[in-house]
Amino acid sequence: MIGQAVNRVDGPLKATGRAAYAYEHWEAGQPLYGFIVGATIGKGRITRIDTEDAEGAPGVQLVMTYLNAPAQGPRDESIPFEYWRAQPMLTGPDIHFYGEPVALVVAETFEQARDAADLVEVEYRAGRGRFDFGEFEDDTYIPKTVNAGLPTDTAVGDFDAGFAGAEVKVDQQYTTPYEFSMPIEPNASMVAPHGDDDLVVYVSCQITDAARDSVAGTLMMDPERVHIVTPFVGGGFGSKLGIHSETILAAMAARALGRPVKVTLTRQQVFQLVGMRPTSSQRVRLGAGHDGRLAAIAHDVTMHTNPDVEYAEQTAATVRSLYAAPHRLTSHRLTALDLPRGTDVRAPGEAPGMLSVESAMDELADALGMDPVELRIRNEPTVDPERNVPYSDRHLVECLREGARRFGWENRPATPASVREGRWLIGYGMSAAIRGHFQGPTTVRVRLEPDGTAVIQTDMTDIGTGTYTILTQVGAEGLGLPLERVRIDLGRSDHPSSWGSGGSWGATNSSTAVHRACAALRTKLLDAALGDTRSPLHGQDPSAAVFSDGDVAIGGASEALREIVARHHPDGVEAEGQTRFMGDDPNYSDYSINTYGAHFAEVGVDADTAETRLRRMLSVFSVGRVFNPKTARSQLIGGMIWGVGAALEEEAVVDPRSGAFVNRDFAGYLVPVHGDIPADIDAVVLEGYDDKANPLGAKGIGEVGICGSGAAVANAVFNATGVRVRDFPITIEKLLPGLPAMV
Amino acid sequence: MSASDTHAMRRSQVETAPPSAIKLNINDQVRQLAVDPRTSLLDALREHLRLSGTKKGCDHGQCGACTVLINGRRVLSCLTLAVMHEDDEIMTIEGLGDPDHLHPMQRAFVECDGFQCGYCTPGQICSAVGMLAEVRAGWPSHVTTDVSSSRVALTDDEIRERMSGNICRCAAYPNIVAAIRGSAEGGAT
Repeated sequence: MIGQAVNRVDGPLKATGRAAYAYEHWEAGQPLYGFIVGATIGKGRITRIDTEDAEGAPGVQLVMTYLNAPAQGPRDESIPFEYWRAQPMLTGPDIHFYGEPVALVVAETFEQARDAADLVEVEYRAGRGRFDFGEFEDDTYIPKTVNAGLPTDTAVGDFDAGFAGAEVKVDQQYTTPYEFSMPIEPNASMVAPHGDDDLVVYVSCQITDAARDSVAGTLMMDPERVHIVTPFVGGGFGSKLGIHSETILAAMAARALGRPVKVTLTRQQVFQLVGMRPTSSQRVRLGAGHDGRLAAIAHDVTMHTNPDVEYAEQTAATVRSLYAAPHRLTSHRLTALDLPRGTDVRAPGEAPGMLSVESAMDELADALGMDPVELRIRNEPTVDPERNVPYSDRHLVECLREGARRFGWENRPATPASVREGRWLIGYGMSAAIRGHFQGPTTVRVRLEPDGTAVIQTDMTDIGTGTYTILTQVGAEGLGLPLERVRIDLGRSDHPSSWGSGGSWGATNSSTAVHRACAALRTKLLDAALGDTRSPLHGQDPSAAVFSDGDVAIGGASEALREIVARHHPDGVEAEGQTRFMGDDPNYSDYSINTYGAHFAEVGVDADTAETRLRRMLSVFSVGRVFNPKTARSQLIGGMIWGVGAALEEEAVVDPRSGAFVNRDFAGYLVPVHGDIPADIDAVVLEGYDDKANPLGAKGIGEVGICGSGAAVANAVFNATGVRVRDFPITIEKLLPGLPAMV
Repeated sequence: MSASDTHAMRRSQVETAPPSAIKLNINDQVRQLAVDPRTSLLDALREHLRLSGTKKGCDHGQCGACTVLINGRRVLSCLTLAVMHEDDEIMTIEGLGDPDHLHPMQRAFVECDGFQCGYCTPGQICSAVGMLAEVRAGWPSHVTTDVSSSRVALTDDEIRERMSGNICRCAAYPNIVAAIRGSAEGGAT
């Protein structure tokens, strides 16, 4: 079952509109509707707030502001991970960023709530905010650690000496913009009071366990009384790792009114209230010999952070494990701006970091006059150059060679701006990909019912990643059942807990736990049968047992699982399986465990307008064992397309006067659409098995697709035009002035 | 007009909006409902009729998640009011098929893995069904090379151009195009 390209088991529900997302549950009856009123200044203080007209508007049940919001628990910095912390809202008159909630209006209908929200009168005294990254880029501080607890700075050897002595050097500055996850389902929540003091919280989130603790911490409740329900999530990409104002405000209103309340962010509010990938300025220095071997690598990154909620994207961390070089330096610096908090956006740090480093490698190849593929192969390390531990299952060079062969890399225009087809300048580009693989704690329960069907329960989510499908496959294989006799029950905080979907670890965490739970369940079933004189398996050798098709067979004897369950466990039988935190698993300290890939892209750049079109793209990955090649390919291609967007389109722009994002919708913040992506795009995965990662040999695939894919596109633009744009995204106005003159 | 005048005008509008009793023909069933005249067709479907297969992604016509078929043509249900559609035949994703009786386009999306999170999917599928009808009717698009011809070849470029109003942030685009092509070649309507 594992490794088969089965269709998504939740596919028919999703394709027919029957999958219920957070805002679409009716079990608790007709809810009230909440609408958030946001601040219209970026920094300052509310001087007057008048809710009388709003409160008197038809259907309005409640207008909540800082003047009548209940007391809430504080953000507790001693809780190690942000997403588990309380998120207090409407706590006072101070405004910290543009769009910050200043009121929640709750009414009988959505239309009433939305209109009454317009009637809330708020006056402000605007202060002078720090909004413009460029203005404050040099006013930085050093964070204690960066995201995921990674070290802020690292140094190996003597970078200055190594760089100074290098024969060929690249020393360039790259900038990346604010980017947003922007799943198509806006952040949404419905909170229903239940029983004496319980809350059922239907919320679009990636980590059920974190949502429960965050709601409970904010509302100062016992976490056991908060019941998160999130069976379907309309995309997350980091933006739903934590919960946000929609959930906290809905919960406070539901408690105050004793009725279900639902709140969704408008698309514009998603740009204000969820957080974004920090903007960054990155200096990359590469020093090499004429043979292309790197002597020195440095990656120094400055980013924005919100002053109250520090977030340091691990942008310079990826290069630490990528190439060999004796002299190395990485650093992260932050400048505090009065903007929404930075947050995890798909491939945090890796995506913007690889965009710059792999562009710089292309610049080095150009300076050396060397094939960019060959340059990377020459710098393949034998051990992780900063941690000084061996790699588990590193196949970057195979990815590079296989990708070059399949793509037809040998046809690359050797000289930039040398190939033209009609009005199109044609270029090839490539990039390497690497991303760390992580492991987090997860518990699942596998239950075999008397009718011979299995139910797998965990609070793990499926945010489109295929959790329902791959856990069905792993469970079916583990118990020897047909797929249709395995049912997956996800996304409830009352189930055994996991660390959810994020960091590309959900699939392996939950699959490993299912694998182990099935093993424990098999032992229980065998113990029962072998010790029972009524069983045909009585007294047989358990090590020879084969579970398949709903039966267990030993030699010539066999018995149906449902017979064993019916006799010994008339109410069903269950077992739990666990995956432990990587910090407690020596493999994760003894080895550098990563996923790898190589991207190849061909672009056409319009010689007159500088419009850039992706013509084709191929990437080859090494990610260990793959649970389901169909869903894996989809997820990898999705990541690659995110890289295309980062290279050519995505950019949120701040108004330096107000701190507002001026292009806060899909007309202004451009993400790839059908017309941007050619049919000729594919992801190939090498056969693999990483025995250091987990007993299934699998690694995460949700983010490696983005790592470097934007650089492959950017490098193809250079190859097509001879113009190197280092301020991403590569848009027309940056490219056009440098285009070669036409004859 | 001063800000306070605007405010007073807004207030009076809010206070004088009686509900409208309307009948909507949805998925071949006539449904009666009383809606605030400001209710979009999208919210009427989702919040009044509890047909939440039609999705709200942006609520102002930029993402395509709310696409439904009205008299066979694709329409963004967030940009039209429910009260405007009493005489129309409205088809939503729920009317195209159900999990046990998938529409050929729905089956093609499942087979080709034309989605991940599934939230844009109903809009993609309704849009694809409407789009194929537009191609069959010979409507040209921005990428049609011969706009004078009454026949349009269903190339990948035509599919991509005509589907560009439906954003998929999971970026299942190549699989969606494959699903639409497969469905069209299988004679799906």
